[in-house]
Amino acid sequence: MDATVKSSFLTGQPKPAAKPLVFWRPTAKTGLISWLTTVDHKKIGFLYGLFAVVFFLVGGFEALLIRLQLAVPNNTVLTAQQYNTMFTMHGTTMIFLAVMPLSSAFFNIIMPLQIGARDVAFPRLNAFSLWTFVAGAIVINIGWFLKDGAPNAGWFGYAPLTSKTFTPQHSVDFWVMGLQLLGVASIAAALNFIVTIINLRAPGMTMMRLPVFTWMTLVTSFLIILSFPAITIALVELMMDRQFGTNFFEVSNGGMPILWQHLFWVFGHPEVYILILPAMGIVSEILPTFSRKPLFGYPIVVFSGACIGFLGFAVWSHHMFTTGLGTVATAAFSLATMAIAVPTGVKIFNWIGTIWGGQLRMRTPMMFALGFIWMFMIGGFSGVMHSAAPADAQQQDSYFVIAHFHYVLIGGSIFALLAGIHYWFPLIFGRKVSEFWGKLSFWVIFIGFNVTFFPMHFLGLNGMPRRTFTYDGNMGWNTANFIATVGAFILGIGIAVYFAVVLYTYFKGEKVSQDPWDGRTLEWAVDSLPPPEYNFSAIPTVHARDGFWYEKRHSAEIAREKAEHVKADEAHGGIHMPHQSIYPLVASIGALIGGLGTCFHDLPWSLVGLVVFLAGVYLWSLEGADGYHLHLGPDGKPVDDGRAHH
Amino acid sequence: MSNAATGTLDHHHDATTATGIPNKKLLMWAFLASDCMFFGALISTHLIYRLHPPPGNPSPVEIFNVPLTSFSTFILLMSSLMMALAVNAIQKGNVKSMRFSLLTTIFFGLIFLGCQVYEFNHFVHEKHLTITNSILGTTFYTLTGTHGLHVLIGVIWLTSMYFYSFTGRVTEKQAVDVESMGLYWHFVDIVWIVIFTAVYLLEYL
Repeated sequence: MDATVKSSFLTGQPKPAAKPLVFWRPTAKTGLISWLTTVDHKKIGFLYGLFAVVFFLVGGFEALLIRLQLAVPNNTVLTAQQYNTMFTMHGTTMIFLAVMPLSSAFFNIIMPLQIGARDVAFPRLNAFSLWTFVAGAIVINIGWFLKDGAPNAGWFGYAPLTSKTFTPQHSVDFWVMGLQLLGVASIAAALNFIVTIINLRAPGMTMMRLPVFTWMTLVTSFLIILSFPAITIALVELMMDRQFGTNFFEVSNGGMPILWQHLFWVFGHPEVYILILPAMGIVSEILPTFSRKPLFGYPIVVFSGACIGFLGFAVWSHHMFTTGLGTVATAAFSLATMAIAVPTGVKIFNWIGTIWGGQLRMRTPMMFALGFIWMFMIGGFSGVMHSAAPADAQQQDSYFVIAHFHYVLIGGSIFALLAGIHYWFPLIFGRKVSEFWGKLSFWVIFIGFNVTFFPMHFLGLNGMPRRTFTYDGNMGWNTANFIATVGAFILGIGIAVYFAVVLYTYFKGEKVSQDPWDGRTLEWAVDSLPPPEYNFSAIPTVHARDGFWYEKRHSAEIAREKAEHVKADEAHGGIHMPHQSIYPLVASIGALIGGLGTCFHDLPWSLVGLVVFLAGVYLWSLEGADGYHLHLGPDGKPVDDGRAHH
Repeated sequence: MSNAATGTLDHHHDATTATGIPNKKLLMWAFLASDCMFFGALISTHLIYRLHPPPGNPSPVEIFNVPLTSFSTFILLMSSLMMALAVNAIQKGNVKSMRFSLLTTIFFGLIFLGCQVYEFNHFVHEKHLTITNSILGTTFYTLTGTHGLHVLIGVIWLTSMYFYSFTGRVTEKQAVDVESMGLYWHFVDIVWIVIFTAVYLLEYL
């Protein structure tokens, strides 16, 4: 990203001598150190996105291997054991290392711009979230390079399959520790976003003027801080069982495996809304922009999003209908599950209401967004089918379920995230993706996706079970499986084209200066594309729900306000910028060392990790949340005044 | 922020944020909401397993020592009082008084931890309840141990703040740092009241 290029205005003025308690204050604006110590929400978001795309491609490669194995009956591309590893890592990677961080990339880059802020509330905590996420990703994937192999007990990690008795290898330890680190990263990031959205809104940006993407960031963040503790405790209990021989899931001593399922799905169901709500937010930004109409029924869309968030905590047992919960519990969860379709349906109708009668501009982001509505609806329909417990008893663990959740996760989340990449690419990189190649990749992805997953509905209804590495030729599943595999490769080609085009655009794409889509929300009100490090030379004042749309039509009023704000900023010492810091990275490295040490039951290394972590945290607090000031120069570009600020 | 008339700081309103709530305080509140769920999951685990004791599971009533735990509960509550006084002192800019209250809070926190160490030792060696030999031991030690870890982190934080105050960097302006720490400490106390009720007293109903 571009703070590196934009930073030329920080002309050669030397920083003042650091205060006594500060040990090292990195000031590099380019190069490796600047990335490792950055606290800029845009750079951090970019790194999240970069890691997410890499893991998205890795997870996609795992999916292709799975489809290759299932292309024909009694295939031998993968052994049963390798197949287990593939579906475990495919699920874990796509959920935790691809979709969540890609959403997080948008939270980081877009949300502060949409509320008219210069950064998140706790910039260094944000860096800590990023690096701890990377640490978790390393721990989960390190098994590929070791004798014990990568995790292979399913992304749901059902105990007692994951207990020491049945999986003595370290592979499950990597999974347990990796997810705990990712949980820490997600919770820290979510806390930061909550404070940012509630407290850092620009003047006039009331809660009911927040762009819907920011609203969904807020709801998602609450889901994260309230649901991740459940899986973290489940993982702690499993880790205690594996490391210290406790009895949480040890049946012979009174442990109950059903407890794992409850704790896991108390997290696991809100998790699916953690994956889809940001996507709904993105679509709620794109549809109005390209329909050239305000979002239809904004308050209802916001309320529905919050309602989905609440209800998301009351439906977890529909993942467990076949475990024998009892009639009353089953009926209650069945009803709650049907109820959650209502706010979701409301949103669909509002999106249709938004494009109804609009002047549609069929750009690539719009194509993906429209694809999202259609595909997500299909996934929603099969979801409502599962909510009826008797029907679910037939569909449980069959390919019908696979079809359902890939329609909501690819047709839903991924389509919207791909739409978001195209939509915000000009904002983030100052270049625009070619319409021809963008649309081509959309159609290849769209066709490949449907060819892969639509036949799986029939496979499931014909009884093909999940998580089996091969099947006999006389089951009637051959044709559909072969079609699905062909589709998977078409989808793979589509994704390859998509990212090849994005990569090309990053280096050679058409440059855009300002507001390429005639945008409506504040992220397009930045001084230049890509935004400078300080985002806004003057904090905007918000007068309407579509803040930037209003700005464009009241330029005299806005210019006057801007001048006032610049003056006010100057009176407070100029534009306040946070200092960079290395200590969040140090703390995350400590967590990585300690995590790996614990996986290997190695006390000395665990303690080394703990010490490094604590050292990072202490130095982080001791250096303080200081910053420096920029002043608007005569050319309208800020210069560093060289004075430290605290 | 500044109240021009009196020259004192308004600790209940921060003009630099959209809501007037200081960022650090809001962060702590949100974190405590999250921490509620951590303890919620652990306490639920204990309560569920309590209802399904396997044959040979030790009886909690024969193990617990309620008078001792009542004492340590009382001490922890008193530490909350001292914590509140510390916050009050720094909000008035009285660093010396804050130091005294912090020291008392730390002292009470250490007494609580000492009682827990004694209790664990006693349970393991005299009552033969270990973390591995029964489901009761597993859930009891994990839950109360997690709480003890929270108290320990609190004590380390309080101690760090105590020594940091000698650098002259803890003033009325930084009262929110002490206040956030206080929120954490009170939360840990409240959780203990829930644990004391749900794990200990419930067995005597």
